[in-house]
Amino acid sequence: MREMIKAKAIELLENGTVNRVLGWKAGEFFYDLTPGIFTSREEIEETFEYSVFSAANLSKYLIAESRKEGKIAVFLKPCDSYSFQQLLKEHRIWRDRVYVVGIACDGMCSMDVIRDKGITGVTAVEEDGENLKLTTLYGDKTIAKADALLERCVHCKSRKVVVFDEMIGENGEEIPDSHRFDMVEKLEAMTPEERFAFWRGELSRCIRCNACRNVCPACSCEKCVFDNDKSGIAQKAAASDFEENNFHIIRAFHVASRCTDCGECSRVCPQNIPLHLLNRKFIRDINELYGEYQAGSDMDTKPPLMNFTTDDCEPSVVYERGGKV
Amino acid sequence: MQRIGVFVCWCGSNIAATVDVEAVANALAMEPGVVISTNYQYMCSQAGQEMIQNAIREHKLTGIVVCSCSPRMHEATFRKTAQQAGLNPYMVEIANIREQCSWVHKDKLTGTEKAIILGRAAIAKVHLNAPLTAGQSPVTKRALVIGGGIAGIQTALDIADAGFEVDIVEKKPTIGGKMSQIDKTFPTLDCAACILTPKMVDVAQNEKIKIYSYSEVEAVKGFVGNFHVTIRKKARYVDETKCTGCGLCTEKCPQKKVPNEFNLGLDTRRAIYIPFAQAIPKVATIDADYCSMLKSGKCGVCSKVCTAGAIDYKQTDQLIEQEYGAIVVATGFNPISMDKFDEFAYSKSPDVVTSLEYERLMNAAGPTGGTLLRPSDKTHPHTIVFVQCVGSRCDSSEKGKSYCSKICCMYTAKHAMLTREKYPDTEVYVFYIDVRTPGKNFDEFYRRAVEDYDVHYVKGMVGKVTPENGKLKVQASDLLGGRQMHIDADMVVLAAAIEPDKSARPLATMLTASMDTNDFFTEAHPKLRPVESPTAGIFLSGACQGPKDIPETVAQAGAAASKVIGLLAKDNLTCNPCVAKSDEMMCNGCSACEKVCPYGAITYMDKEFRGPNRTTLIRRVASVNPAVCQGCGACTVACPSGAMDLQGFSNSQIMAEVDAICK
Repeated sequence: MREMIKAKAIELLENGTVNRVLGWKAGEFFYDLTPGIFTSREEIEETFEYSVFSAANLSKYLIAESRKEGKIAVFLKPCDSYSFQQLLKEHRIWRDRVYVVGIACDGMCSMDVIRDKGITGVTAVEEDGENLKLTTLYGDKTIAKADALLERCVHCKSRKVVVFDEMIGENGEEIPDSHRFDMVEKLEAMTPEERFAFWRGELSRCIRCNACRNVCPACSCEKCVFDNDKSGIAQKAAASDFEENNFHIIRAFHVASRCTDCGECSRVCPQNIPLHLLNRKFIRDINELYGEYQAGSDMDTKPPLMNFTTDDCEPSVVYERGGKV
Repeated sequence: MQRIGVFVCWCGSNIAATVDVEAVANALAMEPGVVISTNYQYMCSQAGQEMIQNAIREHKLTGIVVCSCSPRMHEATFRKTAQQAGLNPYMVEIANIREQCSWVHKDKLTGTEKAIILGRAAIAKVHLNAPLTAGQSPVTKRALVIGGGIAGIQTALDIADAGFEVDIVEKKPTIGGKMSQIDKTFPTLDCAACILTPKMVDVAQNEKIKIYSYSEVEAVKGFVGNFHVTIRKKARYVDETKCTGCGLCTEKCPQKKVPNEFNLGLDTRRAIYIPFAQAIPKVATIDADYCSMLKSGKCGVCSKVCTAGAIDYKQTDQLIEQEYGAIVVATGFNPISMDKFDEFAYSKSPDVVTSLEYERLMNAAGPTGGTLLRPSDKTHPHTIVFVQCVGSRCDSSEKGKSYCSKICCMYTAKHAMLTREKYPDTEVYVFYIDVRTPGKNFDEFYRRAVEDYDVHYVKGMVGKVTPENGKLKVQASDLLGGRQMHIDADMVVLAAAIEPDKSARPLATMLTASMDTNDFFTEAHPKLRPVESPTAGIFLSGACQGPKDIPETVAQAGAAASKVIGLLAKDNLTCNPCVAKSDEMMCNGCSACEKVCPYGAITYMDKEFRGPNRTTLIRRVASVNPAVCQGCGACTVACPSGAMDLQGFSNSQIMAEVDAICK
């Protein structure tokens, strides 16, 4: 796969289809792959990386990149393609300046997960069928790939690239029984006090690094309210230790019905806060109240929260579902 | 810094009794920017307004806060006051210290405290107010009337008489509504058809009126003066332009067993039918649920007998798009279902009928040709019991309606009287809770039934009706006589409560017109604006607004028409300047606002912006057409980046109000 992707990148550059390629390159560590832009064969040969750690969703970078001169090629995994299409739908990406190469994906891995399995000092990882062969400071080890997957890949919702100009590998299908709402259901089953305690425990770790916002493809305002001096809430000192909690709740409201559940927010959180659960709660509620809806799955359907039909649920649904005044 | 004047109104004792107006004025005088704060007995009086105008001139005020009644009441008044004194009318804010304060509080301390907080919020807002200038929008000089009963007919005729185009949308195959089913009308007992059908013909012949029969309103967009309506003209499988209404098809159609809804199912009609002889338009309609040709492709008799070649089995629903300046709702009423009133044996015996069914049984054009016969055995009934208030004035909200249906007392008196007149050998009992006869010549009419026609009026309710050996055993209480009554009746007639037509609720949603809990349309003001909906450009005619008899309906229909004429006579309407505006520097171009805008006021354009390092960026940004925007604010909440804001109600203004309240 890695070689095919690199070869495709070089081919697209050299046959003049594009003048830049958006892919991944090694960051601080080999498992710390970050997005990179490549403009020559040499660059690609030397620094382009694709591995089980190519988790980064590249779609958001195209907002800025597609406005530049010339065409750019991008490699999109299935989940990334939903974000890409959602951004297309919001007119944020100029489609005619992007050449999309869809890549089949059966899950991305996380070094954190590997470490949690008690394996440390990993210096190299190689895919070997269903397994990962790990070279560590303490000798070679093997771990099933399924045991090293990112949370979002364990509960993968779709292996279908929804928009592409060409595919590498065979395109997959949606996965209806992804069990991605299992944890949300557990949270819903809690008493309000338990749930509050759960979220306080998680969210109070927030250091407001804004990584979740910066990586989120749905968080792509020209000027974020939290950076806008005129908004009255930018750069302000927290008035209480609850403010960071509000930040995440407000952000979840903000991206509701536009969030494709790509899971980047949780992946990049340095404090390992399961932020995707907030988004999934919204997705689940929207599915229940307005019918199944997957943001980014097509170009035509109106997002339920930006649409009005006479069948829409009435506000009384809150009480019908056991809410209190 | 604004120079703000605060004017606290007593509203006589309406406010002053529960709010210490002097204390409010003194407290608000301390707020930043306030240069004068005073109180007066009636701020809306001429003297009060002059006081404000003098203060504006004398203190060079840049904004004013009037602490008084609801802005719905006098905001326009005080804006005009300010304008006459040279202040922009949108620099006026109203703090509602009457409806939201003095009227809901009993304790003067609490009331005063709240009034000060409301005043402070209004002052905080005025600090951020900016002068706004209203634009103008043109008026489409055509009205839509939804519903072709007597209400819709009268409204349409009156509007057309003033020279404006009117369209009537009627969901049934003919106009005429409930009145066409009625036999005689109280209190003069003239025949309903004799006075209604000439009006129906007038409608048909009026060049200004277009009837969309067998049609429904599918979608409404736009706003006062500029409504865009989609009308679904349902397939009637008959070409209206060719059908002559000869009725041959309705005689030859082999499908004879279709319940005739015009006679409330008391007899049958054919699958192709004309509801009644005087139908307008007099055009046949095929009932797709029963037509064998449409269901199985076998038959085609009507097509063969039709000499005009009007039958078209392939006809489909048609969508008609039309612009209107005003919309009149005249969707009328229906009797409620008798399903929940098993004690009266309505579902058990065909001889228990509703009053509207009785109306058909008395009607010369009805299923019995006007001879009163029991539905069960077609014999002449000798004892008839009328039960009033079936489902009206009910306590239990599940079963009936809490309101008085208003028309039942009078039509029951009419039925009783006509029955006694035609069949003097019939004993007629009327069981009532109260007999309500306010109306010109109404009580005299009822007295005649009792005194001249010997109708037995019994105060009390019927407890149970049991069908037994071809009779109806009626158990009832006579409250005045203090006794139980047992009557062996031949027929029982139930004065069923009336409710708004089921189509009213979805229609109200489309029109964004408000309704009460019973689904009657609410009027803009119960006393002073009874024929207007609070939604501008929507008018109410007839029983869709509340139970009404024919004289009242016709009066209201005319009133609604005069309001419509007043609107359509204008060439332009002054727009509301409190419209949305997009901050292009913040706009993402995502189209969220465009998707939620009910008025189609938002468009997008690619615009060049200066980027960093002397570069040029092209960005897609929203732009609002202020003549089309109605300031509903949907876009401001949909906008993910906060680029959309409502002038006069900006996010910062509202936050300032909230901050002032929470201070």
